Amino acid sequence: MNRYTETIKAMAKELLERGEVTGVLGFKKGARPLSTEPFLATTPEEADALFWDVNCRLNLAAYLKKEMGKVAIVAKGCDSRNIVTHIVENRINRQDLVIIGVPCTGMIDEKKAAQRAEGEILGAEEDGETMVLTTPGGECKITKTELLRQNCALCIHRNPVIFDQLVGETVPEQTDIDRYADIREIETKSSPEKWAFFDEALKACTRCYACRNACPLCYCPTCFVDESRPQWVGKGTDPVDIRTYHVLRAIHCAGRCTECGACESACPMGVPVRLLTRKMEKTVGERWDLEAGLTIKNRPAQDTFRTNDPEAFIL
Amino acid sequence: MSSFEPKIITFLCNWCSYGAADLAGVSRFQYPPNMRIIRVPCSGRISPKMVLAALRKGADGVWISGCHPGDCHYIEGNYYARRKFTLLKEMLEFNGIEPGRLHFSWISSAEGVKFAEVANTVIDEVRQLGPATMFIKKGPEESAA
Repeated sequence: MNRYTETIKAMAKELLERGEVTGVLGFKKGARPLSTEPFLATTPEEADALFWDVNCRLNLAAYLKKEMGKVAIVAKGCDSRNIVTHIVENRINRQDLVIIGVPCTGMIDEKKAAQRAEGEILGAEEDGETMVLTTPGGECKITKTELLRQNCALCIHRNPVIFDQLVGETVPEQTDIDRYADIREIETKSSPEKWAFFDEALKACTRCYACRNACPLCYCPTCFVDESRPQWVGKGTDPVDIRTYHVLRAIHCAGRCTECGACESACPMGVPVRLLTRKMEKTVGERWDLEAGLTIKNRPAQDTFRTNDPEAFIL
Repeated sequence: MSSFEPKIITFLCNWCSYGAADLAGVSRFQYPPNMRIIRVPCSGRISPKMVLAALRKGADGVWISGCHPGDCHYIEGNYYARRKFTLLKEMLEFNGIEPGRLHFSWISSAEGVKFAEVANTVIDEVRQLGPATMFIKKGPEESAA
């Protein structure tokens, strides 16, 4: 069992007993191995169900709403940056939140684990830095770092940037990481190659919008894909419609995306959605030297400007 | 390919670039008739989805023009536009749209000459690239009324 679970439970119980919050937004154990579910504990008894392990891939900031009243939320480094984004975008008031920060060393990729395990995974247990996967053929031990999601392996903000309580000691941040090697590789391709590459990469998309629903940034009352007058994008799985959806979503999230990876983890088809959002993240960093969600003093990149922004491409 | 005449959707801001187009016309500066001009209140009004809509419907190129930075009728609309265009251009090129199909410019309403020059540049570049092949929505087109 992860050492954070008990601390989270204790903190949640105390907050609920004191009546400081109406609920604690966290995770509980999922029905399947290697899964968790988002969970809102509203009584000290319910807080016993709270849980933490390396499968808390979802971003709970997606559930925050002003109407909730004062709640506590369990937040990893990336989630805390999304909470900052929410505060900046006036989605939620800081005083209505108790942030239980979780220093995080990364969540594992369910799909990677399924590939590595010999046979169906019947059970999974976290043992320090090792994952013990139970399969029909016996136990299989894999170190956690081998199974990390790509965004966790490339993470440079593991510790929460904003919090009221911390469940443990801060963890060392990763430095000297080449975050954009794969993006640069795509950039060197020729235009037709790029087009073909993404046609192949996005081919599996069924437009189920799991990525949009998991994303804390996607809170527009009416998403552009649901607009019908005018209809900007078709609703089917035409390759150009799929492309339009992913391109526009990435642009909408540009300068706000914190690389939490909830989109890709939620995707049932293994579509590499983050290739596009990371391209935008790279551009925002290179052009304007901005990173999303680090401080409540900064506006999102597309909602602000400097008079001397680079404009070499403008005639 | 010599007979190919590109269609270029051109978004011009009402206060500067549209005035420049008017001035270029009144002054009889020559440029080819490949542009389809859409007048918008401000370059900041242009959403990436409008550019994508143009490409999806088969435009061979898109050209967006607004007031010079600092001269926006709405004070700062074109500064926001500049950020949006940076992201849009990077994103579309990342997806395989040739760099020559998307153009941006700042043209004030006094720059009729510049308007004709840029129009010639844009049309030349798109003409050299040939007809657009990517991002075109095929099959029964939904009505976009």
